[in-house]
Amino acid sequence: MMPNTEIYNLRVNGKNHEVRDAWVGESLLYVLRERLGLPGSKGACEQGECGSCTVIMDGQAVCSCLVMAATAIDAEIKTIEGLTPDGELTEVQDAFITEGGVQCGFCTPGLVVAIEHLLDNNQSPTEIEIKEAISGNICRCTGYGRIFEAVQTAVATRRAAR
Amino acid sequence: MSNATKISTNRDILGASALRPDGAAKVSGKFEFSSDLHAEHMLWGATLRSPHPFARIISIDFSAAYKISGVEAIITAQDVPGKKTYGLIASDQPVFASEIVRYVGEPIVAVAADHPETCRRALAAIKVVYEVLTPITDAEVALLPQTLQIHPDGNLIRHQRIVTGDQDLQGDVIVEGTYEMGMQDQAFLGLEAALAIPDSGGAGVEMYVATQWLHEDQKQIAACLNLPLDKIRLTLGGVGGAFGAREDISLQVHCALLALHTSRPIKMQYSREESFYGHVHRHPAKIWIRHHATRSGVIQRIESRMVFDGGAYASTSSAVLINGITHIQGPYKCSNATVDGFAVRTNNPPCGAMRGFGVVQACYAHESQMDKLAVACGLSPVEVRLVNAMVTGDKLITGQVVESVAPVARCITETDSIAMPAPLAHDANALEIVGGSGLTSLPHNIVRGVGWGVSIKNLMYSDSFDDFATARCRLQDGVVHLKYATVEVGQGFVILAPQIARSVLGVDEVVIDPVDTRIGSAGSTSASRQTWMSGGAVDGACRLVRQRLFEHVGKLHDIDPLRLVIEDTDVVDMLGDFRISVIEASTGVLFEETFEHHHRPTEELDANGQGNCHVAFAFVAHRAVVDVDVELGLVKVIQIATAQDVGRVLNPIAALGQIEGGIAQGLGLAVMEEIVLDNGKMRNPSFTDYLLPTALDAPEVVAIMIEEPEPQAPLGAKGIGEPPCISVTPAIAAAIRNATGRDLPRVPIRPQDICL
Ligand code: FES
Ligand code: FES
Repeated sequence: MMPNTEIYNLRVNGKNHEVRDAWVGESLLYVLRERLGLPGSKGACEQGECGSCTVIMDGQAVCSCLVMAATAIDAEIKTIEGLTPDGELTEVQDAFITEGGVQCGFCTPGLVVAIEHLLDNNQSPTEIEIKEAISGNICRCTGYGRIFEAVQTAVATRRAAR
Repeated sequence: MSNATKISTNRDILGASALRPDGAAKVSGKFEFSSDLHAEHMLWGATLRSPHPFARIISIDFSAAYKISGVEAIITAQDVPGKKTYGLIASDQPVFASEIVRYVGEPIVAVAADHPETCRRALAAIKVVYEVLTPITDAEVALLPQTLQIHPDGNLIRHQRIVTGDQDLQGDVIVEGTYEMGMQDQAFLGLEAALAIPDSGGAGVEMYVATQWLHEDQKQIAACLNLPLDKIRLTLGGVGGAFGAREDISLQVHCALLALHTSRPIKMQYSREESFYGHVHRHPAKIWIRHHATRSGVIQRIESRMVFDGGAYASTSSAVLINGITHIQGPYKCSNATVDGFAVRTNNPPCGAMRGFGVVQACYAHESQMDKLAVACGLSPVEVRLVNAMVTGDKLITGQVVESVAPVARCITETDSIAMPAPLAHDANALEIVGGSGLTSLPHNIVRGVGWGVSIKNLMYSDSFDDFATARCRLQDGVVHLKYATVEVGQGFVILAPQIARSVLGVDEVVIDPVDTRIGSAGSTSASRQTWMSGGAVDGACRLVRQRLFEHVGKLHDIDPLRLVIEDTDVVDMLGDFRISVIEASTGVLFEETFEHHHRPTEELDANGQGNCHVAFAFVAHRAVVDVDVELGLVKVIQIATAQDVGRVLNPIAALGQIEGGIAQGLGLAVMEEIVLDNGKMRNPSFTDYLLPTALDAPEVVAIMIEEPEPQAPLGAKGIGEPPCISVTPAIAAAIRNATGRDLPRVPIRPQDICL
């Protein structure tokens, strides 16, 4: 048993979750994955360098590996699992599949969250704005080409739907 | 951008850009990677590693660690019931070091506890007393006769020569150089992870693991655990990339041992730092090479000495060496050669497989030479390569005749036909300019350069290894179930296998059964081999099932089965008008066949490096355009143009993804990726300090896929995974040389190499 354990509440994807007997040193990423049954956010560096763990916290895209879970008690947190109702895909998710933006897929949840965040704030990003927005997300498999293509497609689909 | 033709069908057969069946799960975070696995009452496992590159272990005291509440087990070499060592080719690496540690990061102890933080504290509480020894970290020093042998197997892992033709020939033109390459990391995103669940009674273990080769892991784990093979059952846990780093054992044996020891499920997962210590890397190499040529630039003879630093344990070093020396001529004709290659043991981190496997090092050297030769003969980089381009039927320096389709000249000319990128615009966004958003680069310091790289890469395993893959196909009620142990690391076999079944059997619904050791081996997902090998196995199994189906339909309808073919989704009589859908024909009947695909045998090289040691070859050309800030030494790769010999495009989008992904890794090696070693210690084992290409570093990629079907290949397709990352590195280096006029004999090229 770990010393310094706490009980606290987190609000994730619109639901309240009670976190019990948790060591206070745990990161938000750890708590999401290991305690709340939300393993969609991934950890590949736990140093804020790869973006695999990206979640939305109070409207900001953050690396959940760098956030202490116990400090996120007042925040509204959205993870990859909370993007759409079960079984549905967003335009971005759909475009990742059709354009070949997924290979191993480990970077994908973080990228999808980062791109959703971008498109929510900028409906017609330029190529360079897209690159900048995802430059904090490392993908080792794709070389990014199909991911850029996926973002363009998602932008076009979103525009057509408006 | 690609010229690959999309075939017009709405069925996801071969040639179509079929989509990943695991795509929806992967984009929504539901795909289960091995790090996502959980079991009731599981414990966490962790590893204590050596902080020294070379030391004697005097004592290990874990009494304080045992007192920490939550710690359930602490194990060392003494707790390994079977073989104390493992290894892919030679079993020379201890499961746990007990007397000597030979590299920084070598495992000594493993613990199991209730929380990762408890594990961390337990490891911190273990006291190991070492007698620190002077490490041997220079491969050349390790080879000297007077140097201490750091392992009972000696410091020389393998030596191989290639001696052929006229040994005294002197060319009218002679160019030479010494080229070096740093240690690259595969840096897959999904860290090493496994879940081991012990059988009740401790007689065996069920493992879920991210690996490249389930059956090889099973064999090595079983030997160390002293258990029969069938007591170690492996299922593939979702794999977050591999690139060679998962071909060797990392945490598998430790995890299984802890599970048996505690009778509880064990989850192990490396951190990024531990991952740098826990898997093998690309070999650093030093290559001296001299080309003899005629005045018109025709290569007559090569002399080379190649030294690969294998680090502390053998891993696949001997095979990497063979690849290196047998590819040193590049995709060029050459009849006379004197090549001396060494794979050497040092106290550096162990090296083994990484995408390109020995050919990356060779290519960097031979392509750097081609540019020197061009200058010496007054030719352009394209001309010198075309003058020497190899063709099918040419004899390699090993005496092996190239039987593969070899469109080397076409790769070069088609790459050359790709339009150059526009010059840097005066009003370019800061992020498009070398140096990036810091506004560091002044326009007048930016120089554009162009460079070339062309390569040859062997496909599949070489050197007499009997390589095979197994697959089973089951057809019933119009649905196909495929079973194989082929590891999906992201490359897309999971898309390809159903495409094959649809093409051969005329079905649309294909289910892939769990990927595990309950069927014969598929071999490793490496060496650009799975499309050919496992693709061949799936194709073979489906063809056998099709034969059974035709026999069945023929018997029922009194038609000679030889007259039946699959057309779209129907079984059709070629000579009559009988037609029945595959669904109907297979309703209520089960057809099942298993097929093993072997490639043709290869030979070991003899003492002079002669022998048919490779199966087949693929070729590729790259042209790089870079912008260099010559004052600050900064580089931005603007465009990579490439034409790749792929045999046949089976899935255009997936193929393009492999090409673009490989190019990014080759770019990394050219200008940013290196594990920096300081007397055996890694100085940058983190993503903060080990730099990887980001979206802003990604160049425009213009790719042409050359389709000349390979007669030897079951599907006509060559492996496409490795070639993209091979000659792109020398192409970028050449472009930087072109911009700066510097020699730049070493990659990665650092700012100080350019501007100091
Ligand atoms: S795991 Fe959080 S940024 Fe890499
Ligand atoms: S798809 Fe593998 S890291 Fe991006």
